[in-house]
Amino acid sequence: MTSLASVAAPAGPVGGSRLGKILVYGVLLLFALFFLLPLFVMIVTSFKTLDEIRDGNMLALPVAPTIEPWIKAWGEACIGLTCAGIKGYFWNSIKMVVPAVAISTMLGALNGYVLTKWRFAGHKLVFGLMLFACFIPFQSVLIPMARILGLLGLANGTPGLVLVHVVYGLGFTTLFFRNYYEAFPSELIKAAQIDGAGFFQIFWRIILPSSGPIIVVTVIFQFTNIWNDFLFGSSFASGESAPMTVALNNLVATSTGVREYNVDMAAAMFAAIPTLLVYVLAGRYFVRGLMAGAVKG
Amino acid sequence: MTIAATRSEPFAVGRPGLVERLQVALPKLVLAPSFAAILLFVYGFILWTLYLSFTNSRMMPVYELIGFDAYRKLWAQPSWYTALQNLAIFGSLYIGLCIVLGLLLAIFLDQKIRGEGVLRPIYLYPMALSFIVTGTAWKWFLNPGLGLEKTMHAWGWTSFHFDWLVNPQMAIYTVVIAGVWQASGFVMAMFLAGLRGIDGEIIKAAQIDGAPAWQLYRRIIIPMLRPVFLSAFVVLAHLTIKSYDLVIALTNAGPGGASQLPSTFMYSFTFTRNQMAVGSASAIMMLMTIVAIMVPYLYSELREKGR
Repeated sequence: MTSLASVAAPAGPVGGSRLGKILVYGVLLLFALFFLLPLFVMIVTSFKTLDEIRDGNMLALPVAPTIEPWIKAWGEACIGLTCAGIKGYFWNSIKMVVPAVAISTMLGALNGYVLTKWRFAGHKLVFGLMLFACFIPFQSVLIPMARILGLLGLANGTPGLVLVHVVYGLGFTTLFFRNYYEAFPSELIKAAQIDGAGFFQIFWRIILPSSGPIIVVTVIFQFTNIWNDFLFGSSFASGESAPMTVALNNLVATSTGVREYNVDMAAAMFAAIPTLLVYVLAGRYFVRGLMAGAVKG
Repeated sequence: MTIAATRSEPFAVGRPGLVERLQVALPKLVLAPSFAAILLFVYGFILWTLYLSFTNSRMMPVYELIGFDAYRKLWAQPSWYTALQNLAIFGSLYIGLCIVLGLLLAIFLDQKIRGEGVLRPIYLYPMALSFIVTGTAWKWFLNPGLGLEKTMHAWGWTSFHFDWLVNPQMAIYTVVIAGVWQASGFVMAMFLAGLRGIDGEIIKAAQIDGAPAWQLYRRIIIPMLRPVFLSAFVVLAHLTIKSYDLVIALTNAGPGGASQLPSTFMYSFTFTRNQMAVGSASAIMMLMTIVAIMVPYLYSELREKGR
């Protein structure tokens, strides 16, 4: 075993022996199953009829697949007092996510640019305060936020949620861009300044064109976070203006009438698909954002 | 005439000065709205909440200070102790299991595995899901009547009994299961990045010495991952204290408040039980815990970068 291990590639000393290899693959596949199982169950349940759910096995494939639960979840399921499905809430979420992501990303880029290339006395303190803002428990700002949104007339609506998500997303977007621009050569900026380029010219012509990857990372990070938010949504937008996650929770938690598990699962899929889609299309950037969010930028 | 000329003179000199000064101030002006927003909406609001925790606010905020009453009430609440106990159970198991699983999966994946490109995204996708979706899925999967229990019975294990979701003693552990399911892939990715960053020469040298693989990991590689352990711990501790959505979706803090966490406690006291002062006090306790964990960490991170 020892000799085999030392022949093995530097990255893989455990899998030297045949038995080791089997063990490693076995464990890895077992966990793949563990991670896939809930999603699998959710998907198959959403295509079953209620009778089949009651009589059959949770893990079995649907005998007679039906898209009825999906249609019902989208357009007919009852949430609260209205029975118009989750489609309205889905659009609420879109209307909230798009502006909130765009604004917080744009501001983050500008902030990161200032904090790296136009430093001033106290820039570290400013950044430190913005960084810490990422990590506060939002419970500690919930009550004042509710009051202020009420005063501004933004309580209970999408614009209020956009404001909230922009403000509490700024810390992360600034962090991402700051760490990215840190590595950007300052000589280029100096040269442009000597040529007479101003603050915004340098930003538009030099900084922004080379910010592609970090923009993608930030947009994905913000999109996922804001789409998945529940605390702010449930605190500041109830009823018709609630975002998708709040509506899903209301639908699933409704205790009146027959529990339609297949409709619940279809609705959960509607809430999951946008972020899953982003993950499938741009997983690499998603992971980079998560890592940068762990402040190991 | 001459007066006007002398008057206009400083103006003429001052004019480019003004533009210049504006140019100099421009970066700060660009940053100012964001910074002001964070000062107000984060730090101002925290102070506001702190203030409220020293009042007798109930359904609506009142601004008459009455001292530590709310804190006294908070620490006299049995449900607050339940919340703290659950936080301790959830936190230790969630952080511990995520780190163990994440490290194990990362080490195993680092063995030149065929199909790593397929496995890695499978481990990580739950992180893209909303906690509400995760909670909904696991609630169904663990459903005492129709979920796992029924499947096991159908497979012949008829004595299998699983009622954790509705069992006050066990409900918090379902939150652990779903939480670990969601985050351990992310911890795996952190460790994998750490493993890939280790200098191959060191490992080669150790292998020439003939140390068996497990010792190589125990003595050399795992100790080298210390910074990753620290980051993973901080990230997970932070997620633990903020955990709210998952509990709401999975158990709704029940049955009968048995799986309460500080976050759900704060919400219910503030918005449904009309004890805003007590809710504020609990929010401040949560904040202090985060501060105790995050401030030293962020401080050392920023210093490490030396700027």
